[in-house]
Amino acid sequence: MRRVIYMVAAFVVWLLLTWSLDIQVVIAGVAASVVVALLFHEMLPKEHHVFISPVRIFWFLVYIPVFFYYMVKANLDVVYRALHPDMPIRPGIVKVKTNLKTESGITALANSITLTPGTLTVDLTEDGFLYVHWIYVKHEDVEQATQDIAAKFEWYIKRIFE
Amino acid sequence: MTETGYFFIVLGILFDICGCIGLVRFPDVYNRLQASTKCVTLGTIFLLFGVAMVSASGAISAKAIICAAFLLLTSPTAAHAIAKGAYVSGVKLWENSVVDKYSEVADTTDDSKTDKGE
Repeated sequence: MRRVIYMVAAFVVWLLLTWSLDIQVVIAGVAASVVVALLFHEMLPKEHHVFISPVRIFWFLVYIPVFFYYMVKANLDVVYRALHPDMPIRPGIVKVKTNLKTESGITALANSITLTPGTLTVDLTEDGFLYVHWIYVKHEDVEQATQDIAAKFEWYIKRIFE
Repeated sequence: MTETGYFFIVLGILFDICGCIGLVRFPDVYNRLQASTKCVTLGTIFLLFGVAMVSASGAISAKAIICAAFLLLTSPTAAHAIAKGAYVSGVKLWENSVVDKYSEVADTTDDSKTDKGE
């Protein structure tokens, strides 16, 4: 099942990249995606059921504009700090707790944190703590930092991946 | 459509420029990574989006959108790897940094040095 899902996903990407329905191209694409799915299915994410669940896809589509809003906000914030003559930064590394369990979920959360307001994930530990570099530290406390940085994304990511 | 596309391209280039200014002005590796990952990722995504709108051909638009998606996945991952690598190899935070919780758990022992000592 998992191999089939990844095969279809690889084939769709192939079709979009080549943008051609020529018979030779399609045969080459099928061959390539079968090889990829057979050889690398163990390295690919284990949460393959996300691709075929309409509810999860719905939440993913909701998440895109939300994420984009925070991303633009984050960029204006960093641009402001970069261009301001006094450079108002107050950097530090804080600890953030996450309740997510799945690998893909934690990866999505870490990537979302990196791309949004003044934060950059440095490392994560087995027991569910993320170490986040924050360009303007507001709270050093774990609980409050979690509220400020991770809570808004966790709500969506939980619905997509878990 | 074409005008909107050009608008996005200009906007993307502006974000890229601001990211580069931040890269030069910020004091340490971690702050510079903030500027380079955020501004440059969003700027490049706007740029690719603008290209997709201007070209108005399916083949090029599809490629541009796929590139944007891959960029969105890989750029933060790369930043994460660089930040951790820098920390583990002993790059200090800027002297005015307020807090460093990571020092509690980070493993900054350098293998090459211990080898020489033996």
